[in-house]
Amino acid sequence: MGLKSNLHNLKEKYKGTKMAPAFNAIHTFLYLPNETTHNGTHIKAADDLKRTMNTVIMAMVPCLIFGMFNAGYQHNVAFGTGSVISGGLFSAEFWSLDNLLIGAWKILPILVVSYGVGLLIEFIFAVIKKHEVEEGYLVTGMLVPLIVPVDIPLWMLAVAVAFGVVIGKEVFGGTGMNILNPALTIRAFLFFAYPTWMSGDKVWVEGAVKQDQLIAAGENLDAISGETILGSLAQNKEAGYDVMDMFFGFIPGSVGETSTLLILLGGLFLIFTKIGSWRIMLSSVIGALVMGLIFNGVVSSGWITESSKFYGLMSTEFWHHLLIGGFAFGTVFMATDPVTASQTNKGKWIYGFLIGFISILIRVFNPAYPEGVMLAILLMNVFAPTIDHYVVQGNVKQRMKRLKAKTA
Amino acid sequence: MGLLSKKDAQLITDPLADNNPITIQVLGICSALAITAELKASLVMAISVLFVLGLGNVVISLMRNIIPSKIRIIVQLIVVAALVIIVDLVLKAFAYELSKTLSVFVGLIITNCIIMGRFEAFALGNGPWKSFLDGIGNAVGYGVILIIVGFFRELFGSGTLFGIPVLGDPIAKTGLYAIGYENNGFMIMPPMALIVVGIIIWIQRTKNKALIED
Repeated sequence: MGLKSNLHNLKEKYKGTKMAPAFNAIHTFLYLPNETTHNGTHIKAADDLKRTMNTVIMAMVPCLIFGMFNAGYQHNVAFGTGSVISGGLFSAEFWSLDNLLIGAWKILPILVVSYGVGLLIEFIFAVIKKHEVEEGYLVTGMLVPLIVPVDIPLWMLAVAVAFGVVIGKEVFGGTGMNILNPALTIRAFLFFAYPTWMSGDKVWVEGAVKQDQLIAAGENLDAISGETILGSLAQNKEAGYDVMDMFFGFIPGSVGETSTLLILLGGLFLIFTKIGSWRIMLSSVIGALVMGLIFNGVVSSGWITESSKFYGLMSTEFWHHLLIGGFAFGTVFMATDPVTASQTNKGKWIYGFLIGFISILIRVFNPAYPEGVMLAILLMNVFAPTIDHYVVQGNVKQRMKRLKAKTA
Repeated sequence: MGLLSKKDAQLITDPLADNNPITIQVLGICSALAITAELKASLVMAISVLFVLGLGNVVISLMRNIIPSKIRIIVQLIVVAALVIIVDLVLKAFAYELSKTLSVFVGLIITNCIIMGRFEAFALGNGPWKSFLDGIGNAVGYGVILIIVGFFRELFGSGTLFGIPVLGDPIAKTGLYAIGYENNGFMIMPPMALIVVGIIIWIQRTKNKALIED
């Protein structure tokens, strides 16, 4: 009697009772179900919901591992126990076991809390509402650790995950019914509820907040500062990282968002497996570039001076915007969420373009929210059904016209 | 109930739950979102509306046979406006700080849909005693929700109740704050009030399935 048959027996035993969905979920999560249908016509396709979710998770794993190394690296550099990278992507200063351990020690608990709380709520709702547990949280649970600062207190994360899953998803009817991206709902909740833990120059470096508290308590230590590039630019300061650092991701930021290279690879993987929409990714990059060019144009035509508080971000070269902050991550993994994005092809172009456009707009004009991508995607999530509606109506109108021309 | 007949008692109890002005009729949402960040403000708002709606209903009910129906809205507005000005002046005289917190929202009681709604739907067609009970019932139903929302928003948003710290001192790090707890800044913002009202509606409709509309 293996675990599989045990689970199957439990499932049979509890069939029709309240606990049935819970056993069902564990069973189908681990094994292929025993049931097969015997009649009717079926379309056989390998890409069920579970496969889709797993593909997205696979695309994100490199970002997670890189995030662990980076968390340790940022810690060691800031505390003076490690040296700055010297030899490009494969520097030994970055890929050390010490870095990995420091990062994993902080990030694995975040991952566990994210999955634990989220899946618990999914189970509870499945039992109450008597439906099957849906796989939707598998991706969200992986996204959440990648978009929070490494020093986020775990209880805050748990509260935010509970809020995001219940208010962002379950009240609308569960996976596939939500209007807003649950992972971004969780991040937005954290951002507005506990702003001191989601922005500033401390939270991005493991241990910097604790160091601050020790200094406040009277100990003689150096304050640690790990400002993100966006944070520096918003204050008209030099960022102090070169373009290759930004592209490879050796910069402070949320756990998984720093390495544009790995996000790009993940994005190509999603496009290749036809799970992520290339239309959305491409059009939001175009949108960001257009907005960046407009701002560059404003600066070069001399409409604003260096004393303006927008100068730092406006004068950033337009294509740098793609490399810094969470833009790349948001575009590849969040904007393409098939549930909350536009469904029509033309709608996807509009939806993606506006995400890129608005992201950079918020970034530049509202330094209080240095990360505009989150708000831009949430905003466009709300508008996605409207865009689809007008695209479909436009198509209907066009066809009616053609019909009229034909019959007349 | 010896004092009230069964029908009269219903006028008070109905708006408390199954016909609540906020959660069922979805009226008066604006003020429920704007001033419920503190429990004290919620309570004062609830009492103000209680005064205006209870008295206003009686006045309209007494005048119901002499108001020409063409200009009844204007007459109703004058009655509410007069009562609201009384409330506003009393607050300014005895609780100036609080009246600043409530700011424009005391004045906006005039346009609170609950009040005009009760005048139109009830006071114009019923006697003063019944109208009084109806006014009290609806105002209490409104106030109860305000106080529930205010309770949660102040407790989690500021860690206080009626301005008294109950979870410890966030600056000196005592009580819950000593173990890393922090106030939830989102709770202070009006969007969170909407979500709290939404959760109340959700719970109420789960308990009483008859309230669910398609």
